[in-house]
Amino acid sequence: MTRLVHRLGWPGTIAFGVVLVFVLLAVLAPWIAPYPGQGAGAPNVAAKLLPPSADYWLGTDHLGRDVLSRVIYGARVSMTNGILIVLFALLIGLPIGLAAGYFGGWIDEALMRGTDVFLAFPALLLAVLMAAALGPGFLNSIIAVAVTWWPWYARLARAEVLVLRGQPYVEAARLAGVSHPRIIIRHILPATGRPLTVQAALDVGPALLTAAALSFLGLGILPPTADWGQMVDAGRKFFPARWWYSAMPGLTIFIVALAFSILGDALRDRKGGANRASA
Amino acid sequence: MELVRYILRRTILSTFVVVGVTFLVFIVAQVVPSDPAALYAGPRPTAEQIEKARQELNLDAPLAERFVTFAKAMAAGDFGVSYKSRRLIADDLRAYLPATLELAIFSTGLALLIGIPLGVLAAARQGNWPDRLSSLGSIAAVAMPTFFLAMILQLIFAQWLGILPLSGRLSREISIAAPLPMITGFNLIDAVLAGRIEVVGDALKHLILPALTLASYPAGVAMRLTRSAMIEILERRHVTAARALGLSEPRILFGHALPNAMGPALTVIGLSFAYALTGAVLVEIIFAWPGLGRYVSEAILAKDFPVIAAVTMVVTICYVVMNLLIDVAQALVDPRVALS
Repeated sequence: MTRLVHRLGWPGTIAFGVVLVFVLLAVLAPWIAPYPGQGAGAPNVAAKLLPPSADYWLGTDHLGRDVLSRVIYGARVSMTNGILIVLFALLIGLPIGLAAGYFGGWIDEALMRGTDVFLAFPALLLAVLMAAALGPGFLNSIIAVAVTWWPWYARLARAEVLVLRGQPYVEAARLAGVSHPRIIIRHILPATGRPLTVQAALDVGPALLTAAALSFLGLGILPPTADWGQMVDAGRKFFPARWWYSAMPGLTIFIVALAFSILGDALRDRKGGANRASA
Repeated sequence: MELVRYILRRTILSTFVVVGVTFLVFIVAQVVPSDPAALYAGPRPTAEQIEKARQELNLDAPLAERFVTFAKAMAAGDFGVSYKSRRLIADDLRAYLPATLELAIFSTGLALLIGIPLGVLAAARQGNWPDRLSSLGSIAAVAMPTFFLAMILQLIFAQWLGILPLSGRLSREISIAAPLPMITGFNLIDAVLAGRIEVVGDALKHLILPALTLASYPAGVAMRLTRSAMIEILERRHVTAARALGLSEPRILFGHALPNAMGPALTVIGLSFAYALTGAVLVEIIFAWPGLGRYVSEAILAKDFPVIAAVTMVVTICYVVMNLLIDVAQALVDPRVALS
């Protein structure tokens, strides 16, 4: 604990704690949520739109479901969204960046100009178009955001490879007759992996925010599964008279994104330099 | 000479990007969906409607031929017909684009107006409470979901304080009883042209909340960039010389240091404009702002796919052109940019 505080500072440690709590809430939702059935979507029409009380800490929604339970269940979708978007984006961006940086020449030119086209779009709009083409749904919305996200990883990976390509150990491997794919996978990927992993971890927050925006627009996971962005949108009809319906999930998105962002800053500025990080 | 070559090269590159953007929109619109014809025919289409859409899209033709047709139509401004309004999408775009641009330009100005002075203040009082407070603010601005911030501002300024209108672009008394003639589509300019000064005030009041929502994030970026540029410049010798001469602190900060720290301002303009164009989708629907953002978010609900494709296309081209202009402006301000 003291080591953690020493390394991340107090704001970073608290942010780390917040992220950890939400991960736990997501994993343990059925055991933690006060009304697991309602969290999963079962209506409870006898208790429509009640304000926060001892029975319903964060109030109830238009179907009488406990907002707290919905927020806890929503953590499952929203946290997974953030992580999967970054993961998918890495899966697309990393190979493209590696190939562009390693081979150079026209391959580099072609791949990076293609990447530029994706970056030319305002990200949310491309995600909206993609999600609309694929139709709403959990996986589709993740793919839609990942499609706008990967170019950053392609650029980052390429920049890393450009540095590594000239390293003596890579030249040595090439002279020893090691094949290109093997050099990339065995000798370059491990070295680019670390900075990219750090960046990807930092991006979970912004990715989660984009996914929330998409589901706010009605392109995310379909009800009755709980999702924060979609809850804010559903509560908009009752805002501001029944403010809790929109405000609680909205505030939750803010807190989680804030925690990721502070944690990211702390990781970047941490004592002992960037390379010691993963120890 | 270098400058001319740079501008020419950037222009050619941007042209290629526009072609690429058109191609990507085409792919997403006509290749990615499992049944593009059904998507173009609107929600719950009949078999006839799908067949008609299939013929209109010419789905049996080879891909290259379809792309050429698509690109030609886009270049001619032919975006098809909106499923929902049954109007030409091009006409809708013309009606909605000025509202979005007005909001984007206004919010960009607001972002600079908030961000730059705060950045100067933070640099001047490094490590002090204004510095910490504005750093905290800029971190919070990044994490705040745009749509949620919009709702909070509505709650505070329209619902509780009642000093700003809840939504819309003009008050009902004006928009219905005595509408402005549409000359440029920018309410502020049209009101001046029509000689109706009282409408300018009304339009401004309606602009503030949505523009503030869109300005929060770029203002945070502007603040951070100005802060770091200022900290670097405040250590330079001409600032020390000004101090030694006994100039007042505000005069040193705003007269001698800030003009040298204005480099980031152009970057922020680009970023802020882009953010406003993107955020418009989320903000306009909350503030009932009759722009492209609301148009596209209503199209999402109505499954009006051609509209979504058209708006994506038009906004992206605005965005590419804007970036080109900023690059050129940057090269003109600082010719070293053209050399790198």
